[in-house]
Amino acid sequence: MNQGSLTKDIILFVIFAGLVIAAPVLLTPLGAGYPDLLQKFAIFGIFAIGFNILFGLTGYLSFGHAAFLGVGSYASVWMFKLLSMNVIPAVIFSVIVAGIFALLIGFITLRRSGIYFSILTLAFAQMSYNLAYSVLTPITNGETGLQVRQLAPSDRAADYVLNLRDEDLRILDQAFGVVEQGIPITNLFGIKMSGYPGFYFCAVLLIIAFGLSILIARSNFGMMLKAIKSNQNRLNYTGVNTRPYLITAFVISGMYAGLAGSLLAVTDPLAGAERMQWTASGEVVLMTILGGAGTLIGPVLGATLIKYFENIFSAINDNVLQGFYSFLPDSLNEIAVAVSGMFVGKGWHLTLGLLFMVIVVFLPGGLMQGFQLIANRFKRKKKTDSTQHSKQAAE
Amino acid sequence: MDAIFLQILNGLDKGGAYALIALGLTLAFGTLGVVNFAHGALFMLGAFCAVSVNKILTLQQIVLDPTQKTAWGTPLEIRTPYVESWFGDFGLFLVDYSVPVSLLVTIPFMLLVGIVMERGLIRHFYKRPHADQILVTFGLAIVLQEIIKHYFGANPIPQTAPSIVSGSANIGLWIGLGESVVYPWWRLVYFGFSALVIFAVFAFLKFTTFGMVVRAGMFNREQVSMLGINIEKRFTIVFGLAAVVAGMAGAMYTPVLPPDYHIGMDFLVLSFVVVVVGGMGSLGGAVTAGFLLGILQSFASMNEVKSIIPGIDQIIIYLVAVVVLLALPRGLMGRKGVMED
Repeated sequence: MNQGSLTKDIILFVIFAGLVIAAPVLLTPLGAGYPDLLQKFAIFGIFAIGFNILFGLTGYLSFGHAAFLGVGSYASVWMFKLLSMNVIPAVIFSVIVAGIFALLIGFITLRRSGIYFSILTLAFAQMSYNLAYSVLTPITNGETGLQVRQLAPSDRAADYVLNLRDEDLRILDQAFGVVEQGIPITNLFGIKMSGYPGFYFCAVLLIIAFGLSILIARSNFGMMLKAIKSNQNRLNYTGVNTRPYLITAFVISGMYAGLAGSLLAVTDPLAGAERMQWTASGEVVLMTILGGAGTLIGPVLGATLIKYFENIFSAINDNVLQGFYSFLPDSLNEIAVAVSGMFVGKGWHLTLGLLFMVIVVFLPGGLMQGFQLIANRFKRKKKTDSTQHSKQAAE
Repeated sequence: MDAIFLQILNGLDKGGAYALIALGLTLAFGTLGVVNFAHGALFMLGAFCAVSVNKILTLQQIVLDPTQKTAWGTPLEIRTPYVESWFGDFGLFLVDYSVPVSLLVTIPFMLLVGIVMERGLIRHFYKRPHADQILVTFGLAIVLQEIIKHYFGANPIPQTAPSIVSGSANIGLWIGLGESVVYPWWRLVYFGFSALVIFAVFAFLKFTTFGMVVRAGMFNREQVSMLGINIEKRFTIVFGLAAVVAGMAGAMYTPVLPPDYHIGMDFLVLSFVVVVVGGMGSLGGAVTAGFLLGILQSFASMNEVKSIIPGIDQIIIYLVAVVVLLALPRGLMGRKGVMED
């Protein structure tokens, strides 16, 4: 690694950390300065960064990443139910469980590459989703979703046949004599994990995750992953066994997803199987592509933009549109409202799909590529300008 | 024995649908080399062709009959479909047969959709990596799905089979297995229909000059174009044909399963698994694997099997796919050199 890129990376990291910490202030003018949405930005940012470590660096397109998100969520809620409402054990346990799960799946799926890999990961994700709905109901609570409940009465806590779906144990909380009132809320040593404290918890983890992703991308391991992306055959011919590198990347990426899933449970202690559905996997692919796969900052940018527009667009209804088009004559107004009504509110997914196509067709490198193009154009202009100036001066 | 035979029958119609979609996917892949994630959406479009045709045919004319009164004392409304008042018995026949009749609309419509899709979008992706193809067609699938959801709502819309085939066939009696083996007529029709379509597609590729050129093009595209044949144009038509096959499969499937906007996605995931199990690029493999997996799935949903391995009916197809892919990297009948990156 040369010195120049190291300083660049440090600057990038510091700017990123600053932006994330200042996000509540910076995003208020855009109407996104409230904790629920900011939490989503941070959580899906982590998810997308993790996905990018696999897809962006190695080029292996996984269509089943939502499975790890779901597993992380379930693991966290179980920790809340069994150990403590403190988030630390939940987060650690989720990451470990997701990592093990990823290791198992990766070990099988990474035997194949290309489209076969995509389909195998998809198959595993669908299997997990179907099982979560059917046979694994004792663990996942099926369609209702797994929830945090009231503590079991103390005289029953020692009872062996607790109905864990309806009553919680929380051994650690009981041991330390934590008093609960009403619905239990997740906390970090007493700080409630809702609102801004919740966001800052996610934000700190996002910054750490981002820092780690820079380290990975710049390390020898990261270089190896990029080599796999550009030409795996050649790498094999030089005597390198690529499988361990791929599996490591897959596991790291699964752990990121598990962390994101755990944070979803931290901010709202509820886990449902729909988080594992393949549309959810598609969403993280879209976030990464939109921002720019293989870039450092792109995935976070994509995740933020998609969650932001989802929030804005879903909230628009016909009344808002009528107000917006009120300058038009009545008949035109109706048409305009009907046409744009397709794309907002419940039709937000249509916009998402179109956006997806436009990005893949015209900007396969994502928004980061777009910025690069614009930046290059300006640079070139400046250069030609300056050469002209110097010519004139010479004359 | 009865139960086993019944499960095989049960698997046939679903297997037929898988086989038809997988056939279209393989055609598109074998000719254009494109991984089409929007193929399930084409299946769904076909299903909604049937729904729209049925809606149009059952548009009703309301006549007030002052001689008859309802319980509230208002004149009785007599509703008759327009086609009935125009064509009489033939109109009734049309309404009854709305699903098969809808094929007349589905075929040209899907051909158009397929050709427009290939010319407008897919052709720009021949030289792009497979990941890009997957992504752009995935986006297209979302778009098509959301448009259908906007116009038809999110709920499944049940369709009825023609009344002549509405009951169940007593297949058991035909082959001497007793009365316990009964099977809905329409699903039998669907199986026959899918077999016919599959046969037609194979015959078309095997016995016509057009099919011969297409097969040659699948084998070696450059050489065929060097012979002065416009292979691109023929591949476009083949893509349209694949869309027609998917659309017909969807339209005819509506009486079996009421279509909703995400029926395509549900079938697509399974069909991809079917294609991969059959072997990428092998038409015979796609058809075989389609029926095989359909039958396996119906076996797995037997109560006897479920009591041994709970939940197996939910995951059997994926499980088979994983095992096949790990044991036979090219699938059941995959050709060498196809998609081996």
